[in-house]
Amino acid sequence: MSAAGIAAQFTELALAVLLAPLLTGWVNQCRAWLQNKSAPGILQPYRVLAKLFQKEVILAHNASSLFRSAPYLIFGSLALSAAIVPTLGTDLPLNEAADAIALVGLLALARLFIALAGMDVGTAFGTLGARREMMVGFLAEPALLMVFFTASLISHSTSLSTIVETIAHRELVIYPSMAFAGVAFVMVSLAENARIPIDNPATHLELTMIHEAMVLEYSGRHLALIEWAASLKLFVYMCIGLALFFPFGIAGGGDWLGLVLALPALAAKLAVGGAALALIEMLSAKMRIFRAPEFLGTAFLLAVLAMLVHVMLEG
Amino acid sequence: MLQHFGPQVINLLAAVLLLLAFAMLSQRRILSLINLFAAQGFVLFLSTALVAALTDQKHLYVSAAVTLVLKVTLLPWILHRLIRRLNVKWDVETLINIPTTMLVGILLVILAFNLAAPISQLAGTVTRSTLGIALASMLLSFMMMITRSKAVPQVIGFLSMENGLFFAATAAVYGMPMVVELGVALDVLVAALILGVFIFEIRERFDTLDTRHLEKLKEH
Amino acid sequence: MPIELFALLLSPLAGGAVLALIGHRPRAAEVNAVFSSLTFAAAAVLVARVIESGPLVALGEQLFVDSLNVFLVALTAFVAMTTSFFSRPYMRIEREHRRVTGPGMRLYHSMYQLFSFTMLLVLTTNNLGVMWVAMEAATLTTVLLVALYRTHASLEAAWKYFILCGVGIAQALFGTILVYFAAEKVLGPGTGSLLWTHLDAVKTELQPTVMSIAFVFLLVGYGTKVGLVPLHNWLPDAHAEGPTPISAVLSGLLLNVALYALIRCKVITDGALERPFASALLMGFGLISVVVAAFFLSRQRDVKRMFAYSSIEHMGLITFAFGMGGPVASFAGLLHMTVHSLTKSAIFFTAGHAAQQTGTQLMENIRGLAQVNPTAGWGLMLGTVAILGMPPFGVFASEFLILTTTIAVQPWAAPVLLLSLGVSFAAIFGKVQPLVFGEPTAARLPHPPALVPVFTHLALVLMLGLFIPPSLADWYRQAARLIG
Repeated sequence: MSAAGIAAQFTELALAVLLAPLLTGWVNQCRAWLQNKSAPGILQPYRVLAKLFQKEVILAHNASSLFRSAPYLIFGSLALSAAIVPTLGTDLPLNEAADAIALVGLLALARLFIALAGMDVGTAFGTLGARREMMVGFLAEPALLMVFFTASLISHSTSLSTIVETIAHRELVIYPSMAFAGVAFVMVSLAENARIPIDNPATHLELTMIHEAMVLEYSGRHLALIEWAASLKLFVYMCIGLALFFPFGIAGGGDWLGLVLALPALAAKLAVGGAALALIEMLSAKMRIFRAPEFLGTAFLLAVLAMLVHVMLEG
Repeated sequence: MLQHFGPQVINLLAAVLLLLAFAMLSQRRILSLINLFAAQGFVLFLSTALVAALTDQKHLYVSAAVTLVLKVTLLPWILHRLIRRLNVKWDVETLINIPTTMLVGILLVILAFNLAAPISQLAGTVTRSTLGIALASMLLSFMMMITRSKAVPQVIGFLSMENGLFFAATAAVYGMPMVVELGVALDVLVAALILGVFIFEIRERFDTLDTRHLEKLKEH
Repeated sequence: MPIELFALLLSPLAGGAVLALIGHRPRAAEVNAVFSSLTFAAAAVLVARVIESGPLVALGEQLFVDSLNVFLVALTAFVAMTTSFFSRPYMRIEREHRRVTGPGMRLYHSMYQLFSFTMLLVLTTNNLGVMWVAMEAATLTTVLLVALYRTHASLEAAWKYFILCGVGIAQALFGTILVYFAAEKVLGPGTGSLLWTHLDAVKTELQPTVMSIAFVFLLVGYGTKVGLVPLHNWLPDAHAEGPTPISAVLSGLLLNVALYALIRCKVITDGALERPFASALLMGFGLISVVVAAFFLSRQRDVKRMFAYSSIEHMGLITFAFGMGGPVASFAGLLHMTVHSLTKSAIFFTAGHAAQQTGTQLMENIRGLAQVNPTAGWGLMLGTVAILGMPPFGVFASEFLILTTTIAVQPWAAPVLLLSLGVSFAAIFGKVQPLVFGEPTAARLPHPPALVPVFTHLALVLMLGLFIPPSLADWYRQAARLIG
């Protein structure tokens, strides 16, 4: 626990919370470019958030305290998970308390609360969205865990920092298992972040919504927090992907210079990641809901395969 | 550098081969099946050429060239022509649904690895672990053959079984003697041609390529 | 320079090429018979040479002939020759009945010769890899022939034959790769490590684990071609649906050749492993095949299918004998291979002839064969009696030897074998009797059938039952010693 580590921790948290909407704006910008449209600008999500914070909150008369507190809980757990993922440095004070499994748990906590909030008011769409969200989560979580386990098998630890350090500082070795795990992780991220091909973030057709259906009843600052949390979730998933598969540039413990250099490295990697996401979204078509289990089943399969390949080829 | 990265790249190619076998298992469109088969052939070509460079065996270069011509160009071309004439480009139903097929596939992979593990430990080559993967992709192709009811995917499964065997021969034992490899290649080509002829006859006689119709011969 | 060995292999190859061009002409059948006779002549000279001077190696050690495969070579060439004599009038009648077309005859004749070539190659090659290639080629040459009549049933039979045998044989390739894997460590890389003679010399040094796994794959692979249960599904269909001469050579020759490949691998495996692993597997599969085939036999209504199941039963018996091992059982196994080939092909000749006369293969529709065509009818009767193991035919002698060895070595299997043999006896005899006697349903045929081959075969079987010439017995004993 060095001073550099504490600085890294706070910077990471601040960066995540402040820059997540920028990442979302960048993805939308790239998508617009690819589709030959003009985007509303990179800073648009900030403007949306600002607008929503100023608006009045309208609650249904049967909304419970869960409904009112859920946005804060969701935002809180996602911010905490952003703090755990090593994006800038590996020597984080929260290391001892949190590892990959805890991270999955925090993400599951966020999912739990948004699903409960969706069902809280008792509308049909809310329940519909909540059911679908839980189905996607039920299938995606084991896949995500398997991806983490593959990385853990390679680095002999489930602590994210150890994983990053092992993979970043080994000599260049080609790990086929990580290749499979990478593909599986991309598929899981697409599903969890409500992106095409599982869900369309821009849709307003009720029968095709998952995420949007659950937050239909929210307004004002609650909605702002939830939208912010959704951008944060995308940021977190991207950072997990970068930490597991492209950890070059993340500073080691107590390294101030490395910390400073890690900032532009992170920015560059996130930019590329955002563009790649836009490309994937543009090239795929949205799947029908009953195909989602197949998609996620394939992701789970690839992750298990990654583990088997690791045991067979690299064990 | 080749000596250091070579075996690793072969391992990577083995993993890609396994991935392709799974992809074929889950594929519905016959057109994609043929393209995946061609991709498998290409992976084989790369790994054979790499093994040839690593172990400095000239005859493996010839073998790689034969693979490229046969499995990446000739056989897929024959298959494409076949399905164009038969007009069967699209959706294939499977006898068990795809997620179950995948799960059974994973079990087969575990089985193959267990079976090949004692042999792998005895090997002298650096790429010994690929024997398990070759056996696994063979079992997966076999599974593809028995879970499909149409003739053309069964044929493709049969041909990709040969691919798995070829990979076992190149990566695990650094190539079989030349005469054997040529003989096997010839057999595969002739088999594909005969199967092509067959499928036509079946289509003509039975008016369908659903092989469940080909189970009428029993003890009447 | 063993000219006769090269002539043996080149003659059918040349025949295949020539007949591919002229196979549909009127004289094609005669040309076919000439080539097969040439092959047999070469085989006879080869046999004389091997008996005189012992095993011979040729073509840079790629070809190898010893006492085990030389007698199989002679048998194969002989039956191929007599079948080509039989096929002449038979296929002419088929052509006149419009069941085969001109191009079909071309395919038939050229593939017949190529099939002989591939079988002889399996028998004479020293290279396990080439043995595999030739085995697969043998399947490929006959697949189109099984489908020759283009009926629903024959297409189905050929498809099953192709797919099941193809899958099976792929396993055998994996087994061969594993054998090469084990051999490479002892003999180093290169062609030398796949040569059987080299492997035989170092078999005790081969890694036991690898060899046992390799043998399992080889057993599954080549066992499919032998027709061992549970890998036998293709056999009844394929043997029943093709033209009769093809059924005869498939049943009589190809099964033997596949079993030969299996035996060669077993010899190597036995040397590598201490425990009787390979023998136990062979005995198990052989016994299961005998029992299952016997019980399926009784349900058959098609005459050729019934005799195909009988082939499965007999091959199971031979496999069981080779599994038991020892001089007597191996001798009996080799003798049984010979007499089974000769008898089964003779039976198929007469049964095919009967089917031609009545236009059906269902036994309930064939009656009174002996009245319409006495030679054919009595030929079938005698053949059936021979294959069922009645003395004084040769099958009785070999079955007797096998059973006595079983009682001595594996007494628990003896009642099982006896029961199965009894069941099949009752079934076959019961079904063939009304076929031969009773009110005739057959019509006269435009050409007289060639039944000389039938009686030649049966006469040989009778002779082998009564008296085995000492040179032949000595020959079998030498081969039996090789098997162990």
